[in-house]
Amino acid sequence: MTFTAPHIDYAGISPVIALTVGICAVLIGGVFTSRHQRLVVSALSLTTLGAAAGLSIWQWGNQEDLVAGALRLDELGLSASLIAIFAAAVCIPLSWRDPAAEPEGTEPRHTEFQALLLSSVLGMTLLAQAQNLIAFFVALELLSVPLYVLCGSARRRERSLESGLKYLIVGSLGSATLLYGLALIYGAAGSTDFGSIDQVLTNGNASDSLVLMGVALIATGLAFKISIAPFHQWTPDVYQGAPTPVTAFMAVATKAAAFVALVRLFDFALGSIVDDWQPALSVLAIISIAVGNIGALGQDSLKRLMGYSGVAQAGYMLVGVAAASEVGVNALVFYLAAYTLMNLAAFAVIVIRERETGWGDDIKSVQGLGRERPELAWPLTISMLALAGLPATAGFMGKLFLIEAAVDAEHTYLGVAIAIGTMISLAYYLRVVAAVWMRPEAEPAPAMAGGSPEADPREARAPRGTRCLAILVPAAICAAATVFFGVIPSPLVDWANHAGGALAPFL
Amino acid sequence: MIQVLIWLPLAAGLLCFLAPRRVVPLVALLGTLGTLGLAVAVLADFQTGTAGLQQTVNESWIPDLGVRYELGVDGISLFLLLLTALLWAGATGFSIFRMPERRRIYFFMLGLAETAVLGAFLAQDLLLFVLFFDLMLVPFWFLIGTFGGENRVAATTKLIVYTLVGSLLMLVAAIATAVLASGDVGHLSFSLADLRANPLAAGSQYWIFCFFAAAFLIKMPAVLVHGWLPDAYRAAPLPVLALFSAVLSKVAAYGFLRIVLPVFPQATVHFQELLLAIGVAGILYGSVMAFTQTNVRLIAGYSSIAQLGFITIGIFSLRPDGADGAVLQMVNHGLVVGGIFLIIALLWERSGTEDLTRLSGLATRAPVLAALFLVITLGNLAMPGTANFIGEFYILIGVFQAKIVYAFVASIGVALAAYYAIRLFQRTMHNRPTENADSREIGLRDAVVIAPLVACIVGLALYPGLILGRADSSVEATTAAVHPERNVITVEGLRAQR
Repeated sequence: MTFTAPHIDYAGISPVIALTVGICAVLIGGVFTSRHQRLVVSALSLTTLGAAAGLSIWQWGNQEDLVAGALRLDELGLSASLIAIFAAAVCIPLSWRDPAAEPEGTEPRHTEFQALLLSSVLGMTLLAQAQNLIAFFVALELLSVPLYVLCGSARRRERSLESGLKYLIVGSLGSATLLYGLALIYGAAGSTDFGSIDQVLTNGNASDSLVLMGVALIATGLAFKISIAPFHQWTPDVYQGAPTPVTAFMAVATKAAAFVALVRLFDFALGSIVDDWQPALSVLAIISIAVGNIGALGQDSLKRLMGYSGVAQAGYMLVGVAAASEVGVNALVFYLAAYTLMNLAAFAVIVIRERETGWGDDIKSVQGLGRERPELAWPLTISMLALAGLPATAGFMGKLFLIEAAVDAEHTYLGVAIAIGTMISLAYYLRVVAAVWMRPEAEPAPAMAGGSPEADPREARAPRGTRCLAILVPAAICAAATVFFGVIPSPLVDWANHAGGALAPFL
Repeated sequence: MIQVLIWLPLAAGLLCFLAPRRVVPLVALLGTLGTLGLAVAVLADFQTGTAGLQQTVNESWIPDLGVRYELGVDGISLFLLLLTALLWAGATGFSIFRMPERRRIYFFMLGLAETAVLGAFLAQDLLLFVLFFDLMLVPFWFLIGTFGGENRVAATTKLIVYTLVGSLLMLVAAIATAVLASGDVGHLSFSLADLRANPLAAGSQYWIFCFFAAAFLIKMPAVLVHGWLPDAYRAAPLPVLALFSAVLSKVAAYGFLRIVLPVFPQATVHFQELLLAIGVAGILYGSVMAFTQTNVRLIAGYSSIAQLGFITIGIFSLRPDGADGAVLQMVNHGLVVGGIFLIIALLWERSGTEDLTRLSGLATRAPVLAALFLVITLGNLAMPGTANFIGEFYILIGVFQAKIVYAFVASIGVALAAYYAIRLFQRTMHNRPTENADSREIGLRDAVVIAPLVACIVGLALYPGLILGRADSSVEATTAAVHPERNVITVEGLRAQR
């Protein structure tokens, strides 16, 4: 028996290669530097991300199967990996002064931090392209495992460790459930390839109960990853406990990759049994919108608030999947991009205020920003208004497309669910904006205010306006882009349409 | 020209951030005056007697959704533009003399709000209208929440949640309209012209109508959905409140005329009585509340509910007369209520209270102020001889022809208006001055702001045909969409018979 190596299109997988090489370079680079570690490692990481982004853009427009059909090179996958790369590139400056990467009194650990971040990006890139059950699962684990570590990377903070552990346990449970589901699908269809699964299901040659069970388990497993209610319980805890740059990355990049994978799996491989899973996903979307928005109402911790808001936003995006149409996928990709911009702007401001005030991520930390620090207040305000879906922001456009997709697919009730969820969400998003503009600055916090994670008294407070430029610039860019795409959405719409169009032949 | 008209206020607002601190008010004032000048120019250019749109702009905006950047002005929106521009210039001037802290953001938000309101009046694309309609909430939320009085954050959040409940459902309804009509139009289109030409099936029209009506009724506010009004009115800074009450409620009434009647004609006929009932209930409830309240802001606020009840029944008489009267009354009420709130601000400065029981005798040394207030009051109670009288008269003629019962009940409202308007004037201006009252003549700067409003009220009283003549053909076209077959009796027709 001889083994024939599959034909590999190296141009097609060049972004993956670039990321892999970059991870090695970062690890090696970190070993040989100690004094200028941050500079060297960050330069390496950003170069890697830049190269991967450049190669992805170079490959934009190609549609082909890679590595014997395990991966699919198309705009949909590339758009998700571009989002992940962008998020990682923003998170690196966010992490520079973070206690997780630069603990007091010990060796700086930028190397580990950034290598793990890049590994996760690699996992996301692969996941978004996977069209084979095995590749799908491996990529998902490659995405998740570094995140478990990153969540617990502030080793001297109990909450961070707790968050890492919690995420590990819940994430493993999700992965196990997912794996069961994948196995059942394989059992029913006799193949791990998405295309073959689709064919078998279309011909009706698969046993129904096995397939349905498999679909249910897969949906559950992925729901854990993208924090869809009722599988979201870990989200607020982990978001709050993890170092804030990690939270920011996790919130946007994981969602982008996992949603694209979800769309590819459901709309393509399981596309022929859409009537079976569509109602389930619709129900999950509605539950998620309700639970996320109601849960966020009373939150004082901004990171918990963003966690619940993420649950609700995942519900909105699931509507795009449930629509099971090209319009739905377009809307989803548009929303993912918009969501990335608005979330990163908000998290960047949270990171800065966490270090400047003693209030940690409490809502008090942003009180009075409008008067004191307008350059921080505006990105946060724009981000909150965009998340709330107010006009002239990308968030409004995103919701518009999602509602249009829902109505177009004759699920108007999902559009109404988005609208009602948005109304509830105003109460908490506007609460943040009100704190920024309409309340006086909070008094300096007591040493351990609210048990807040970053409020470690040993932590030296950065003097205002000096060290945060590297964070402020990405925040300003994200906020500006949010407004720009809210007024002139066409470039982003075209981009999303290319991504959605890649899946169109299979729908 | 209308392009510049829309975007000039926002541009001036953005310029406020760049301008040196001392120049900021000047920039803001020039911006609003420039807008007013442009609005007058649009009036001068306006061709009377044509029903169609004028000065149209039509660009593709989001091609995937068939959303177009489509603007135009017709007889219905023409004077609402002028009203907006005039009141904004007035409110900006009025604010400049009482310079708020954090002036940059204040004037930026005012500019953004003006752009949004003008956009809503000019938009000829359903989605563009919804977008501007939602957008105008943001600056008002900021203005009330940042510069308002006691309990302002809770009040303003209540306001925005209430109004967005309506307008988000309206967003869904707008998308549903376009998607459902796309079969007939041939492609996805939000253009009002396309939607008018291809009405939906009656069943879809009904629920979509409900969503739109909810949005507009909350914004007005109509009775039952006015829960945000007392809190918001108590908390808002007065120049902002003048704009809010005078202009934003008109956007909602305008929405009925611009969108609901022509695009959902069958549903409009179906729900006519319901809306008439809501309008009449608003007249009675608003009037009764207005003469039991003692807070002067709330008296004006509840009287607005009553006046908007009149406007609603005028529109939903579905007759050209009623709708003509409604258009006239929108402008009248805007001028009157804007003036009242600015006067209330002056009263507050003179006596330090907004409680009617503690206000007294402010006219003793201020004849000019009293005279200005008197003219506004007479307008508010629709004294024969004022344009408000003519507006209400037309509205009642329309309703008498359509549903006579509602017209009888609504007539009571005319009498009630006299009571609460005169009560407000008498209690504040007449009687002995109280100890804390400082009866002071109106300053020249404030007079410069309020006198033009009063001049407009007087001018319209003398020549209401300015509005009626220009609005007539557009209004007839709008109402004809609902009653294509029926012969309508018009005031002109009756006059000709006689």
